Amino acid sequence: MSKILIYPTNSLVLADLVDRFGHEPLSIPQEIRKKVTSVGLDSPPLNITPEDPKIGLKYAAVEVPSGVRGRMSLIGPLLERADAAVVVSDPEATFGCMGCARTNELVNFLIRAKKIPMLELPYPTNEDDARDFVYKIAEFLQSSEVLKHE
Amino acid sequence: MEDTDDVSKKDVITKLIILSSRHMMPGDLLYKIYALRKDVIVKETCFGAEVSGKKEDVNSLIRDIRILDPYGIFIKERGFPIGDLRRCRAASGGGARPGFHQIEVEAATLPLMSRALSEYDMGVKPTTHEKPTKLDVDVFKKIIADCLHSL
Repeated sequence: MSKILIYPTNSLVLADLVDRFGHEPLSIPQEIRKKVTSVGLDSPPLNITPEDPKIGLKYAAVEVPSGVRGRMSLIGPLLERADAAVVVSDPEATFGCMGCARTNELVNFLIRAKKIPMLELPYPTNEDDARDFVYKIAEFLQSSEVLKHE
Repeated sequence: MEDTDDVSKKDVITKLIILSSRHMMPGDLLYKIYALRKDVIVKETCFGAEVSGKKEDVNSLIRDIRILDPYGIFIKERGFPIGDLRRCRAASGGGARPGFHQIEVEAATLPLMSRALSEYDMGVKPTTHEKPTKLDVDVFKKIIADCLHSL
């Protein structure tokens, strides 16, 4: 079972497909769960502390807004664990944790800089696209470049 | 259920089960989950259900649930526990909770995904469509020149 980073990192479709084809999806709720369920009163209610932007410093310079660094403190650890990535190019909806364009650009850059196997494709809008979407993801997840990390 | 104080919170995960099924409604899904008699907390929602429990219990439940409708059940993890006041709409004055919009957008594609998954399992290969090539710059320049010339 390889660890597959998905982008958008809160995508339902990608998380489901990766899980369905026998791999572990690396999605942002895993990191959020660690934050919100850990016992601590550092910074209620969400336990986001001043330490988080510092963790983000590993990925972005100090001049970069703290929001980007804060988000990178969640997404960065996922990126480090990733064996491969499935990326939806230019998703029209990036809400919630995905709502920062600069973070999204940085994550896309870091995925490419890590030089891990990556599949990039657009969201399907019709039946033919959906068939192509599922087929490409399935073939990628069963390809030797992904399976060699198992 | 075991006393929650004894369970390490790190081992507790929450998953969203989202239905795009012709055969099952959220109420039916709930009865199926109850029938499996797993040690989990379940909440019925308008889109399916939320389940929370120890990682191994939830993952085992998910495996059993998928079999009921392999192409109509979609699952993703949720960061917050079920009924968490930090995300509960009843406690925060209504409105969509964070994370809803992504699901709303992707839910529109779930019928397409269901059909595509079913066809993939039947061995249907995707039809390749040739994308229209981009207009060559020289051709475009010629068109501009012709247009200007005809003025």
